[in-house]
Amino acid sequence: MPFDLIQGSTFAGDIDGVIWLVAVLTGFWFLAAEGIFFWLIWRFRAKPGQKSQYLVGKEKHVKRWITIPHALVLVCDVFIIIGAVRVWYDVKQRLPEADSTIRIIGQQWAWTFQHPGADNELDTADDIFTVEDLHIEVEKTYHFRLESRDVLHNFSVPIFRLKQDAVPGRSITGWFHATQAGEYDIQCAEICGIGHGIMAARIHIEDATTHAAWISSASAATTP
Amino acid sequence: MADTVIDVHHHGAAGHDDHHHDQHWIVKYLWSTDHKIIAMQYMFTGMAMGVIGGFMAYVFRMQLAFPGISVPGFGQVSPGEYNALITNHGSIMIFWLAMPVLIAAFGNYLIPLMIGADDMVFPRINRLSFQIFFISVVVLLASLFVEGGGFGGAWTSYPPLSAESTYNLTTLGSTLWLTAVALEFVAFLLGGINFITTLMNSRAPGMRAYDIPMVCWMIVIASILFMLSVGPLIAGAVMLLFDQVLNTGFYDPARGGDPILWQHLFWFFGHPEVYVVLLPAIGITVDVIATFARKKLFGYKMVLYTAVATGVLSFFVWAHHQFIAGIDPRMANVFTVTTLLISVPIAEMCFVIIATLYGGSITLTTPMLWALAFMAEFLIGGVTGIFLGASGADIYFHDTYFVLAHFHYTFFPIAIIGTFCGFTYWFPKMFGRMMNETLGKIHFWGTIIPFNFIFIPLFVLGMGGQHRRIYNFQHFPELATDQMYSLRQVATIALLVMIAFQAVFVFNVVYSWLKGPKAGKNPWKANTLEWTTESPPPHGNWPPAELPNVYRGPYEYGHPDREEDYWPQNEPA
Repeated sequence: MPFDLIQGSTFAGDIDGVIWLVAVLTGFWFLAAEGIFFWLIWRFRAKPGQKSQYLVGKEKHVKRWITIPHALVLVCDVFIIIGAVRVWYDVKQRLPEADSTIRIIGQQWAWTFQHPGADNELDTADDIFTVEDLHIEVEKTYHFRLESRDVLHNFSVPIFRLKQDAVPGRSITGWFHATQAGEYDIQCAEICGIGHGIMAARIHIEDATTHAAWISSASAATTP
Repeated sequence: MADTVIDVHHHGAAGHDDHHHDQHWIVKYLWSTDHKIIAMQYMFTGMAMGVIGGFMAYVFRMQLAFPGISVPGFGQVSPGEYNALITNHGSIMIFWLAMPVLIAAFGNYLIPLMIGADDMVFPRINRLSFQIFFISVVVLLASLFVEGGGFGGAWTSYPPLSAESTYNLTTLGSTLWLTAVALEFVAFLLGGINFITTLMNSRAPGMRAYDIPMVCWMIVIASILFMLSVGPLIAGAVMLLFDQVLNTGFYDPARGGDPILWQHLFWFFGHPEVYVVLLPAIGITVDVIATFARKKLFGYKMVLYTAVATGVLSFFVWAHHQFIAGIDPRMANVFTVTTLLISVPIAEMCFVIIATLYGGSITLTTPMLWALAFMAEFLIGGVTGIFLGASGADIYFHDTYFVLAHFHYTFFPIAIIGTFCGFTYWFPKMFGRMMNETLGKIHFWGTIIPFNFIFIPLFVLGMGGQHRRIYNFQHFPELATDQMYSLRQVATIALLVMIAFQAVFVFNVVYSWLKGPKAGKNPWKANTLEWTTESPPPHGNWPPAELPNVYRGPYEYGHPDREEDYWPQNEPA
């Protein structure tokens, strides 16, 4: 991807792989079609005294110029479908065992994150709530429960290549597994009103010690 | 109506006689039932809306490239105004430019002329169609100036944002927007009935199904697709209107509703709608390419059948807009398959059109340049669609500028290139004079080159993670880099250049209309029936005794038995 957009999750590489697969297969057809197209325009330009040919397009040897590409396009489609569905299954359909679970709540116009706290259990007394900052540990599998309090939002982390709509009235479960530490953008990728453009957040992907330190300092800060 | 021909083939019901010459100009131009006048009403209303939609694009592109700047001609853009601009830009370009020009204007103008009829079968319904359309324009424009401003929930209008004024903050704007869209649908249902019935019933004697010029077929297939797909959306829109003004809860989960229901209804219409505007543009392109390549269409039936196949398939692909919307993830697999299957008929149609050039004698007139550019650019839109139809890749690309650039590479060829192609090709027929070729070519290159400089940078930005409908990227550090801002500026400057070149077109139209050389009946030496009457055609299209008969298909160019390289449809063997 351009702009040095890193592959920050286990499935980011697979998604980029599908994109490459499509790029190669459609790129071939695109270049072939445009190449032939412009060549024909040049080759059959009007010349004085020369009449156009009268071709009906019904003869078999003429028709095969259409039927063979037709079949090949179908074959390419099959490859793309297989590639796309495999990755889709991995990212969206299956749900690997979680090391930890978080809750993500969208509302006009901020993200609230509910972290499980020191006991690693969600919905217990030591949960840590933050606004616009999500803290996770690298190389751990997370489940997220995505919710919305008002309109549609979309939890989007470009370095993960992950997007999921948040729908009011539902709790949608998904997963990710970060592979690189650092601090990156979280977007809201579904228009949600006049503050849609400020609905930004950051994901802090930390190694185990930094993350543990953050948990204890955040717990200390919120303990009454 | 001359009784001598009415028995042979029932040519419309307009009742043409000589009294029309004394009509007051208001009756003649604003209250007319003449299909050609109604076509012009649609054409110029649509183009005027295109100017407004283009102005909106200019304002928000300036904001994106130079955030916070006071945009000349508009002023500073607030986030609410930004949302209203993008929402109405999208709505206008699809519902108030592409549909009125490609379907209503060309459909009205061409169908009776190309099938040898004196008018539409329901001329008064036709007039009513435009009048309702005009009201929809007024309502839409009014929605921009009411308290709270225009609707800003995107042209897709997803609830709950669109349903509740506490969320969208535009109580009146959103209701008026929805009303305008509903009125527009009524107008096009009325128009569609007319196109379908006229093509079925009013063809000249001898014109069989496969002798119909492709553009007429395409407009009628599009009208059928529209009629079949719009019902669910109208039901959805009524529920949305009730949610807005009667406080019902069809889309409110707290009261047992479901926001995703709207998405299904909207996209069940919304995807066929893409083909509703695509097919007429392809029809125009096909006719123009056949004329200027002097070639019989390579596989008339193939083009027709692939159009029908595309139309049928388009009813089974809608959920590819909703892969990550919270639908059952297993559904994505089904819709990936159907979506990729649609590439087969569309690719085949493109191959057939390209193959038509083989063996031709190609002249690059202005309309031909537009037609060829349609193919060259639409291919980019087509192949980039595959990325989005492939569920695995869409997880990342959904709602990025990649999507935006993709559908602009389809809709720009459709709505802008298709319009210019048809307009420059039939201008001599419509106004009786030739357009200036030099100015036409300056306008062509001044539009096509900047077009690519607008949207190729947007593909790159989309791949870099830039998401849509964002007023200002300053809150997203990864999207606020200098590199990204320079790409945004390239796109905006290219847009400014493109807009500037439209002045050439306006000048060319006005100048050619007044001073252009007389066109004569058939300046392009084309075969179809509209070229057998005067330019512009009189009321009733042909003198009643001279209504044409048809002896052959529309694309008999370069026939070996003939001296000339064309063979008009009405010429006896």
